[in-house]
Amino acid sequence: MNQNELKELEKKANEIRCLTIEQIGKLGVGHIGGSLSIIEALVALYYRTMKINSEDPKWEDRDHFVLSKGHGGPALYSVLADKGFFPKSWTDTLNQPNTNLPSHCDRLLTPGIDMTAGSLGQGLSAAIGIAIGKKIEKKTSRVYCIIGDGESQEGQIWEAAMLAPSKNLNNLTVMQDYNKMQIDGTTDEINTLEPLSDKWKAFGWNVFSINGHDFNQICDALDKSILSKEKPTMIILNTIKGKGAYFAENQIGCHNMKVSTEEWKKAVAELKEAGV
Amino acid sequence: MANEKELRQIYAEILLDLAQADDRIVVLEADLMKATGTTSFKENFPNRFIDVGVAEANMIGIAAGLAVTGKIPFAHSFTPFATRRVLDQIAISIAYAKLNAKIGGTDPGVTAELNGGTHMSVEDAGLIRSIPNMMVVEPADGTQLKSLLPQIATVDSPVYMRLARKSNDRFFPDGTEFELGKIFEILPGTDVTLICSGIMIKNTLMAAQILEKEGIHARVLNMHTLKPVDWQTIVKAAKETGAIVTAENHSIINGWGSAVSEVLTEHYPVPLERIGIKDHFGEVGLTDFLLKKYQMTAEDIVSAAKKAIKRKG
Repeated sequence: MNQNELKELEKKANEIRCLTIEQIGKLGVGHIGGSLSIIEALVALYYRTMKINSEDPKWEDRDHFVLSKGHGGPALYSVLADKGFFPKSWTDTLNQPNTNLPSHCDRLLTPGIDMTAGSLGQGLSAAIGIAIGKKIEKKTSRVYCIIGDGESQEGQIWEAAMLAPSKNLNNLTVMQDYNKMQIDGTTDEINTLEPLSDKWKAFGWNVFSINGHDFNQICDALDKSILSKEKPTMIILNTIKGKGAYFAENQIGCHNMKVSTEEWKKAVAELKEAGV
Repeated sequence: MANEKELRQIYAEILLDLAQADDRIVVLEADLMKATGTTSFKENFPNRFIDVGVAEANMIGIAAGLAVTGKIPFAHSFTPFATRRVLDQIAISIAYAKLNAKIGGTDPGVTAELNGGTHMSVEDAGLIRSIPNMMVVEPADGTQLKSLLPQIATVDSPVYMRLARKSNDRFFPDGTEFELGKIFEILPGTDVTLICSGIMIKNTLMAAQILEKEGIHARVLNMHTLKPVDWQTIVKAAKETGAIVTAENHSIINGWGSAVSEVLTEHYPVPLERIGIKDHFGEVGLTDFLLKKYQMTAEDIVSAAKKAIKRKG
């Protein structure tokens, strides 16, 4: 990746981060921590890696994406709005009555959302189903999925983890948002996932553990995952929960928090001033 | 009457026929391929057959993902593991997401026999009936399955079906047509209506014969579709016969008896008696033994019918 491309992605991530803070800030409450930790991953997927068409969200040869940690919806809505899947004005309707943008992703309400998620642990299985469907059709398109770290305490994640390598799903790339925090505390305090890389390796995955806010590392891992001959890929994104919002960053309470007008406006102003 | 084949064999044959004509059909198993009878499907369509191992939650999620890609997945397990074990997966990944997946539960109610209480679901149909967007169907024999399974495959809705896989009962002559969502009248009658489903058709028809000998003309209705409820046919029966008995291989809570009761209460109250599993778990035992122990025999249905008739105003 050349420097210009890197700069463009970083600039885009800054915009998407601002839009996400604004979206939740205008509502006054929301899942800001786990939305801001996946901004770079989403930007790398939607602006560089994935084959999608905002004019034709159901294009059958598209790459599919499942946000298994469905509460990260606001971050994904910022991306989809920016890509033109729906008007940007929709982002002002997050969780408002009759909205198309509910707190957790809903395939029936939002153009560009491939799978409904919110009850944790289920999206990865759906991503496997989509990957198998593509294999049956001999399609070359891929499936991308982001799971959470708290979510990975669900047993279904490990049922899915066991099956994907067993079925040689090399068309599946999963990213794990490892911000190391969950609602009740740190993942290490509550129910540690460690040794996380070793676990996925032992389950038969092609594993990368990288800085989840570094585009060079994210794009490199994504590029390599496409080349996998047999194994599905797990990219562990070491991230910071609430990244970029001064009032939320790296705080246990940022999973689903109240945000004042002053806070979101100040945070957005800071990000805009910092630029990239 | 008896079929030479068990219901699972007929099920697998029809599914194979449907899959030959429709390449969207995919079969999922959770290590119960042989029990469901889908081994022939695996042999014929190895790339459209997915055995996930003993991991039912994952199976339901994968079925949802396959439906996202336009496939029509049929996912199977025993009734308790196809429903209560994966209730949230069905509710969210299938029903809430409105994905066109079909879930087959085998060995409903007492037909789990020697697998006993752990494998004996008395609540499966009721659990799924409570979930929006889901249809619930219980095809009772090969003839009914031949008519209903193509409809289940083509209807654009998630469906739960329960199948007494080892049954070789035969209730309907070849070629009888059934309509998904529509109650089927087996016998006309004016004194009382017996509404039954699945294996309970057998004891219900025997009960109707006994009643007939005593001069009581029972109407027998087969409610193969629990949801959506064909309320018009139930109300018509209530108006024309004035008393109703339900007979189900399921808890009387939240199953067929409850569904009929809801319709009657809202539209046309008449005396109702419910035959079924009366709020207790199952246990090991052959079907006939359990039906007797749980008061679900023809004689029990006869008594219930007389009681309902006596309660008429």
